[in-house]
Amino acid sequence: MSTDMNVVHEMAAKDYEWGFVTDIEEDRIPKGLSEDVIRLISAKKQEPEFMLEWRLNAYRYWAGQEKADAEPKWANVTFPPINYQGITYYSAPKQKKTLNSIDEVDPEILRTYEKLGIPLAEQKLLANVAVDAVFDSVSVATTFKAKLAEAGVIFCSFSEAVQKHPELVKKYLGSVVPHTDNFYAALNAAVFSDGSFVYVPKGVRCPMELSTYFRINAAETGQFERTLIVAEEGAYVSYLEGCTAPMRDENQLHAAVVELVALDNATIRYSTVQNWYPGDKNGKGGIYNFVTKRGKCLGRNSKISWTQVETGSAITWKYPSCILQGDNSVGEFYSVALTNNYQQADTGTKMIHLGKNTKSTIVSKGISAGHGQNTYRGMVKIMKGATGARNYTQCDSLLIGDKCGAHTFPYIEVKNASARMEHEAATSKIGEDQLFYLQQRGLKTEDAVSMIVNGFCKQVFKELPMEFAVEAQKLLAVSLEGSVG
Amino acid sequence: MSLLEIKNLHVTVGGNEILKGIDLTVNAGEVHSIMGPNGSGKSTLAQVLARRDAYHVTEGSILFEGKDLLEMKPEEAACEGLFLAFQYPVEIPGIGNTYFLRSALNAQRKYRGEEEMDAMDFLPMFKEKLKLLEMDDKLMNRSLNEGFSGGEKKRNEILQMAVLEPKLAILDETDSGLDIDALRIVAEGVNSLRSPGRAMVVVTHYQRLLNYIVPDFVHVLVDGRIVRSGGKELALELEERGYSWTEHEPVGARA
Repeated sequence: MSTDMNVVHEMAAKDYEWGFVTDIEEDRIPKGLSEDVIRLISAKKQEPEFMLEWRLNAYRYWAGQEKADAEPKWANVTFPPINYQGITYYSAPKQKKTLNSIDEVDPEILRTYEKLGIPLAEQKLLANVAVDAVFDSVSVATTFKAKLAEAGVIFCSFSEAVQKHPELVKKYLGSVVPHTDNFYAALNAAVFSDGSFVYVPKGVRCPMELSTYFRINAAETGQFERTLIVAEEGAYVSYLEGCTAPMRDENQLHAAVVELVALDNATIRYSTVQNWYPGDKNGKGGIYNFVTKRGKCLGRNSKISWTQVETGSAITWKYPSCILQGDNSVGEFYSVALTNNYQQADTGTKMIHLGKNTKSTIVSKGISAGHGQNTYRGMVKIMKGATGARNYTQCDSLLIGDKCGAHTFPYIEVKNASARMEHEAATSKIGEDQLFYLQQRGLKTEDAVSMIVNGFCKQVFKELPMEFAVEAQKLLAVSLEGSVG
Repeated sequence: MSLLEIKNLHVTVGGNEILKGIDLTVNAGEVHSIMGPNGSGKSTLAQVLARRDAYHVTEGSILFEGKDLLEMKPEEAACEGLFLAFQYPVEIPGIGNTYFLRSALNAQRKYRGEEEMDAMDFLPMFKEKLKLLEMDDKLMNRSLNEGFSGGEKKRNEILQMAVLEPKLAILDETDSGLDIDALRIVAEGVNSLRSPGRAMVVVTHYQRLLNYIVPDFVHVLVDGRIVRSGGKELALELEERGYSWTEHEPVGARA
């Protein structure tokens, strides 16, 4: 192996920078799951009766399933059985009382976010980004609330939404991802502790990017957040989530649910920069990221666009999808998924075309390095009534080294003869000649690799909000450190 | 001190000895041409100078401005001022030409302890160089070499050289694949970069290019050895008599 490739290997082996633990007092409940635990979580959150019922309903469904049969087995990933009774389902930083302003948040938590590069203090915030930060299970601060309220936009923690806007929660919760959808979605519905809630009223263009930062801090806990975004007629919102976790030897479960609803002429852009702890270079530890994300284009001419940059987690299992119900509605999925060392990713999307002249675009870029296994799994379904539906799919894989793998499983189901489908796929390796060319012009090996990888991902990065595109590029470079084999 | 000093250079590729004892000295301001038949080792020499990994130096030394070139990584050699115009420039999707070139320039400036150039300073300079190579600036918005014709790729190499302003430029078969107009443009670009502080090594198969880029010295490489060195007239003689002629007469007989 050439020395160049060695450097690339080393680069891909760079350490996880976000692996620290914050020492704060936690309010956590005993491990394990039962109806009592569900009641306890609901009581801690002082939830109204309907929420408790909803949770219990989901729990009974989940508990009634034989775990071994109910866990999805079709994904191209392997992991030992999860002991669901060994997980703590609620952990929150201890707080004395309800917070009125960001100044009251525990300074330790604020320091953690600062270390992560997410200063919560408003003056330090990126211009036009409102941040909701979820620490372990609980939302700790939502910035720019006042400015958003002026525009009529509701952006708050899920718990707060349950208290203050129960009618909206009741109407939309589970309307896109019912608890019966899959095993992890059922678990989430039973135990989810917080998350973000966004409501953009009719005709309002949300005046800033909204952002949530998720952080798992406590050991042996799972994080089960739930996000619900509703864009009324003609509304527009762009939302970004980021995530990190400390380095721990045991695997931690993260099973989130995200539901999006777009009414007539509404647009929702949802971007994710996922950087959960990926485990060490031998594959020990790391987050199991088993997430259900789905958007419903309920109204005519509505649009939902998913952009994800997935660099973290030991295992990623997620398929941000669109149900294109309204006529002329548009669904998009832009994805960069990177697996290094022993990471596994099985990710992709589902585009379900129901309405007439619905259109979907899928651009997936998978990067495998080290022993990483990267799977694209996509489904495009054109239903009977979806006359004039169109789909364009492009999935490209880039291999760095010779011990990693790239896999593609595109499913296409067409029930209307007028549909137009396009599918392109390509697999390439970073060539030594490309590296040498860039080096001969003066670029260091690691910079040359980043440049090639970023070039490969460009189509996706340009879909990210400007501020985060830069972040994503940096993250990719760091995640690749020490990679080629 | 010479800019480049190659002594008794032996190089193997995949176990085969390709260069069998090369001696070559290049001073600042000089243009040397290396000519030779296919498989004589011309491109190997160019690649070794640029520090490509797959080539193993088994014997000999190369000094670049008195420093041991064989100790340098490719990017270090580049930053020290060694430039290779590739015979087959690679395509890299998703990287804009302008962005790439500014990154490369700044990597070199940083290495030399100079201040990095921002876009405002870079662009006017860049536009000048584009004009020199008669290149359409629309090309620059495209990805690096992607969808470029053979001629455009070669011109792009010389454009990069013009921006990076190396001390030593090695042109590896820059004339191959060029039509007569493109050849003229490339040659004019190269000639405009000739200066007392800069040396060039022009590797070529044919004398044709040397009508445009007139060398100070011509070396004939056959089977891994320089069998003959001389002035520009040697190129003409080669054109007339072919390479086989050099193999049968003792080295230095006519130089």
